[in-house]
Order: sequence, then structure tokens, then C-alpha cells
Amino acid sequence: MTLRAMRRALLCLLLAFAPVVPAAPFTDVMRGNTALDDEPRPPPLMNQENKDIRRNRAFAMQPPTIPHRIDGYQVDRNANRCLGCHSRTRIEETQAIPTPATHYMDRDGTLRGDISPRRYFCTQCHVPQDEVKPLVDNAYQDFEAISRAAAKAGAAAPKKK
Amino acid sequence: MKRLLALLRRYWTVMRRPSAYFSLGFLTVGGFIAGVVFWGGFNTALELTNTEPFCIGCHEMRDNVYEELKTTIHFTNRSGVRAKCPDCHVPHDWTDKIARKMQASKEVWGKIFGTINTREKFEEKRLELAQHEWARLKANDSLECRNCHGFDYMDFTRQSPRAAQAHSTFLADKQRTCIDCHKGISHRLPKMASP
Repeated sequence: MTLRAMRRALLCLLLAFAPVVPAAPFTDVMRGNTALDDEPRPPPLMNQENKDIRRNRAFAMQPPTIPHRIDGYQVDRNANRCLGCHSRTRIEETQAIPTPATHYMDRDGTLRGDISPRRYFCTQCHVPQDEVKPLVDNAYQDFEAISRAAAKAGAAAPKKK
Repeated sequence: MKRLLALLRRYWTVMRRPSAYFSLGFLTVGGFIAGVVFWGGFNTALELTNTEPFCIGCHEMRDNVYEELKTTIHFTNRSGVRAKCPDCHVPHDWTDKIARKMQASKEVWGKIFGTINTREKFEEKRLELAQHEWARLKANDSLECRNCHGFDYMDFTRQSPRAAQAHSTFLADKQRTCIDCHKGISHRLPKMASP
């Protein structure tokens, strides 16, 4: 008996004697109580924010969110509508934010003349935003807020020698 | 055979000099009525080729460009106003329309010889076809866009800041026309060297 077969046999044994868990009503934060084999009724589409006002980044390396609508923007092997404004050579005309130098680097860090293929599909990282209430509560705190609070606390406390 | 020939000869003599056989009034009125019938018939046939069912009667249009149009705002939107093929691709004024229709005889040629009768052939030719349309719209100052989208009636305060900025500067002073920025608005863009 090989090691793998032994392991499989052991697993089968464990499963056979595993305690039977009663089926709890299925709930999921995103799906609600729609069963897995049911199709939930999607919420109506919202209008993407289109204010052209740049948003803060929650952390230093966060890809900036898109402050305008991108409905129907074609990004495929033929054309990239985003780069129609955001590419290096269109900045003067459009006053858009240029793609940074990192987007011209391949994975070895070599700068290329054109956008690196791994950075080509913009919406993998950059997304537009809707004006909606988040589905999930979030207690995330920015590092800056934490460090500032800590510094304040440190200043208030008497210093020990 | 002899009788048929004689009949044809009789018609020929009448048709050669109709004024010798028919009254001036008959010829004038008859000519007018015939003119109305032929002209009306011609225009009706012309308008028939100017409808969407005619355009997508060919699988080349139905399976490629029409399918792509379906996903855009010019096909489906909240108010249900939509653009049909000839709204954008055929000028509305008569003389321009006739000129475009004569150019379109090339498209009949293409249909007969199957220039784009597969998806692959269409993709191969897409850039060239698109460039023709871009050149046409550039030359007529995006006339077909402007048939619906009148610059004078654009409310910049209802546009996004970006759109208002572009429309109030280089569209307003006619440096640019609609198609310069709005390529690929109703069909997918072809493979271009630079986007």
C-alpha cells in the first residue's frame, strides 16, 4: 500500500465516523438566505459615480478607484479605451492621470516602451464606485489614523524615565 | 413571327414620334402621371433599402455589427429611443443619400463575392471598414451624430465635468468633431496600432 492510498483510506474512515451536522438554514452575507442552487434576484443596477473627483486611498499601495463612469469601455486585445486618455502620450491633450512607470515594467522590473501586458486590463485593479451603503460592515482603520492616535496617546501619557 | 414583327414596327413608329399620334395634353398629363408613379416607385424602393430589416437581412451585418450594437446605449436605454442602422450610416438629405447609395454598390459587390462572409474575414477587414466610416464622419463633421445630438442644445451643466470640459472647448471651436473622441461607440473597435 502506498502512502497516498493509506492516507486516502484513513480519510474515508474519519469521514465515515464524522458526527452528523444538522443542516442549518443557509445564509450568506452576500447571497442572503438564497439557497446555493437558487438564483438570487440581483439588486437594480446603480449609476456609477461620475463626479471626476479623485478619492483618497485607504493604504499606500491601493490602486486608485476610478472617479468616473466606464460603462461600455472596451478593453480587449484590439483596443483599450482607458489608455485612449490615460496613456503616456495622451496626457497633455486630455489632462488625465498618466499610467505610472510601474505599469511599463515587466515582472523583472525592466521598463518597457509600452504598457506591460500584465497591467493591460485596467479593471483588474481599478474600479469605479457606486454611491451605495456597503453590504458588509467594515472596521478598517487607516494606518495614518492609528499612528496619529498612538502619537497623541503617547504625548498625553507622562513620560517615564 | 411576321405579325409580331409588324406589331413591333407599329409601336416603334408611334414611340419614335409620339406627338404625331397623341395629343399634347395626353402626353403632358400622361407623362406627369407616369413620372409620379416612377419617381414614387423609385423612392419607395430606395427607402426600403434604408430600413434595419434590409440591413440585417445579410448575415454579415446581423451576426457582426448588429450583435455589437445590441450591447450599447444606442440600442437599449432607459427611455427607449434607439438608433437604427441608417440613422448613423446613411445621410438624411436626398442628394447625400443618393451619393452614399451609389458608394454602397461596392457593398453589393462585397456581398456577392463574400468579402466578409465569415467572422474571421470580417475581423480581418474591420479596421479598413471602420476607417472608411471614420473618414466619412470626419469629412461631414459627424452629420449623422448631429442629426440627433445638437450641439446648440447641449446642457453642459448636466454633463460630467470631463464631458463638459471637452465639449465646451474643442468641440465648440470646431477643432474636433464627435467621431474624433467617440469612436467605437456603437460597434467594437478594430485592432489599432495605438488606442
